[in-house]
Amino acid sequence: MASWARLVSRWRCLLRTARAAEGPRGPRGHSSTAQGCRGFAPLALLPSRSDILPWRLQAYRHACVESCSPPGSAKDGSFSSPESNLPSPVKQEQAKAETLPDLNAKIPYEDWDDIPPSSALEEISEEEAVQIIAEPLLPLQSSTLRDYVDHSETLAKLVHLGVDLSQVEKRQKAGQLLLTLDFEKDIRKILLFLKDVGVEDNQLGPFLTKNPYILAEDLEALETRVAYLKSKKFGKAEIAQMVSRAPYLLLFSVERLDNRLGFFKNELGLSVKKTKDLVIRLPRLLTGKLEPVKENLQVCQLELGFQRNEIQEIVFKIPKILTASKKRLKQTFDYLHNIMGIPHHMLTRFPQVFNSKLLRIKERHMFLTFLGRAQYDPAQPSYISLDQLVSLPDEVFCTEIAKASIQDFEKFLKTL
Amino acid sequence: MAAVPGGLFAVYKPAGVAWGRVREAVETRLLRELNAAPGRAPRQHVRFLPAPGDDGAAGLVAARVPVLADHPLVRGPRFRRLKIGAGHRLDVKASGVFVLGIGHGNKLLTDLYNCHLTKVYTVGGLFGKATDDFSDTGKLVEKTTFDHITREKLERILAVIQGTNHKALLMHSNIDMKTQEAYELAVKGLIRPMGKSPPIITAIRCLQFAVPEFQLEVHCLHETQQYLRKIVHEIGLELKSSAVCTQVRRIRDGVFTLDDALLRTQWNLSWLVLCEFILGGQGTGVRAPSTDNCLVLTEV
Repeated sequence: MASWARLVSRWRCLLRTARAAEGPRGPRGHSSTAQGCRGFAPLALLPSRSDILPWRLQAYRHACVESCSPPGSAKDGSFSSPESNLPSPVKQEQAKAETLPDLNAKIPYEDWDDIPPSSALEEISEEEAVQIIAEPLLPLQSSTLRDYVDHSETLAKLVHLGVDLSQVEKRQKAGQLLLTLDFEKDIRKILLFLKDVGVEDNQLGPFLTKNPYILAEDLEALETRVAYLKSKKFGKAEIAQMVSRAPYLLLFSVERLDNRLGFFKNELGLSVKKTKDLVIRLPRLLTGKLEPVKENLQVCQLELGFQRNEIQEIVFKIPKILTASKKRLKQTFDYLHNIMGIPHHMLTRFPQVFNSKLLRIKERHMFLTFLGRAQYDPAQPSYISLDQLVSLPDEVFCTEIAKASIQDFEKFLKTL
Repeated sequence: MAAVPGGLFAVYKPAGVAWGRVREAVETRLLRELNAAPGRAPRQHVRFLPAPGDDGAAGLVAARVPVLADHPLVRGPRFRRLKIGAGHRLDVKASGVFVLGIGHGNKLLTDLYNCHLTKVYTVGGLFGKATDDFSDTGKLVEKTTFDHITREKLERILAVIQGTNHKALLMHSNIDMKTQEAYELAVKGLIRPMGKSPPIITAIRCLQFAVPEFQLEVHCLHETQQYLRKIVHEIGLELKSSAVCTQVRRIRDGVFTLDDALLRTQWNLSWLVLCEFILGGQGTGVRAPSTDNCLVLTEV
């Protein structure tokens, strides 16, 4: 009987201490009992949990010493009234109430081995049932990070930084990478490095969303690459701008970066200063594929019929042409040159028409033709420049350029 | 909180774009607006956090914090897909009124099909050429003269077409012509094939005639745009010349007209819910007098 009473009291003490100790571990881990936690090793969470266990045991030890004494008095109060309903083991335990505090104060670790485990089918009182906390376990495998974000401090801090976890979990292995990293040990130094490079605080979240793999990179390698860029006479602000706009830039090794810079210098034939300026304005040229750039240059030269110096001028003004789709480029040029009748030198002066949608150009040109105002030759009167044709919003275009109301424009669009 | 609207509406499909792209563009625009609207607040739960002052293990403070799994950056966008169904389709070269259904309105699309209402097209043609796919962008097959063509000859051909199609209409509508009911329906103009039938032109007339260009207005049932181009080609052949079709534009699809069609700049939620179109009995419409543009049938 004494052993039975000790069993029940120790079990109740375990529950209470586990409940108190569960509090500080809240954001990190959970379980109803310490025994449950020990057997718990989800595939995704294993490496980062090694630091939790000694802390939890220590909390347990603290909590056990403090809270083991009150249970004795609390038990006396709780079991006095519903006497007749209680099953017999607890009644026996009531008789031993006075002796229990002594036993409780001395619950040592060495007695754990000779306690038989309590069965889940035992009858317990209502108060004890209420005190059991049985939260669901974390899933061992999951396709989203939503299941783990409430229990992982790393993920919580990343969310507060602004990282879009719903985008990151769609990438290959990026979610698994984030779960294996620890904020204090791994992520913090990369974030400090990025801040040193010059990425703004509010840009760190979107940066990591687009490129979570930088968190797995070696810090020395990243610093070497930044040093290489500085040696190529890119200024600090310029490097910061490049890194913010092309997050994958620092994943490229020094040789690859060197090759790509050399490629652009050779292909475009611009001076070093102009190539650098181009790359700073559109850094994703360095991180994208190089074959499509070559093909686009060929298309401009052979199919569209631009001279080399014209291509250089166009590319310097609108570097996006190098990454545009060839079909769209050809269709836009075909309409501009053959149907609107705009010569090559005008297109070189206003290459931003290649950036805009073909449908927009078509509609506006047809409206101007209908009104008789389609005049794109600067020598003639009432000349309309191409950049005004494409870049102005609809209302301004209608009132200023076409000198008509926007309702007329809409009615005309419905006749096309 | 944004709610997905439900009903039927018409957009103006521009020429040169596939109908699927138009449907996807509308879906993308509406999704962007629905996701931009504020959502519901995240759930809260109680956590025991260390007290700010002393950080011993006993200093725990119960705090109500929002559940991070409901954070918008973790949960992602609330709306990912919208059920937008297409009514009578238009091919790439054609333009005009294109009916779409959203949400609950998709169920009305089948009813719209079963109504077998006529559609009205503006068909533009050009005498003097014949191509392999009957349109002006196809491969040239032959060139002919067209000086002998006059408006009277064209209208005579159109009358012949209308007559033969009227006979086909009576035949395919499966009504016994010798009854009183058939006569009454014919007087009201309600004789129509209520099932599957080949393309039938119920009315055709010439809007403009400026040699070599001409423009026809065609009321038809169960047609395709390529059939209309073939009709233009055949008109050219009947007139002892040849013709290609330059433009096919739908100006009415059932009860939706050009005024109801939304242009590209108007494909957003505010235009969709601007006015309501209440369907009365037997498919007749009663338009709410708020504005004269766009509509959504049946609010959810």
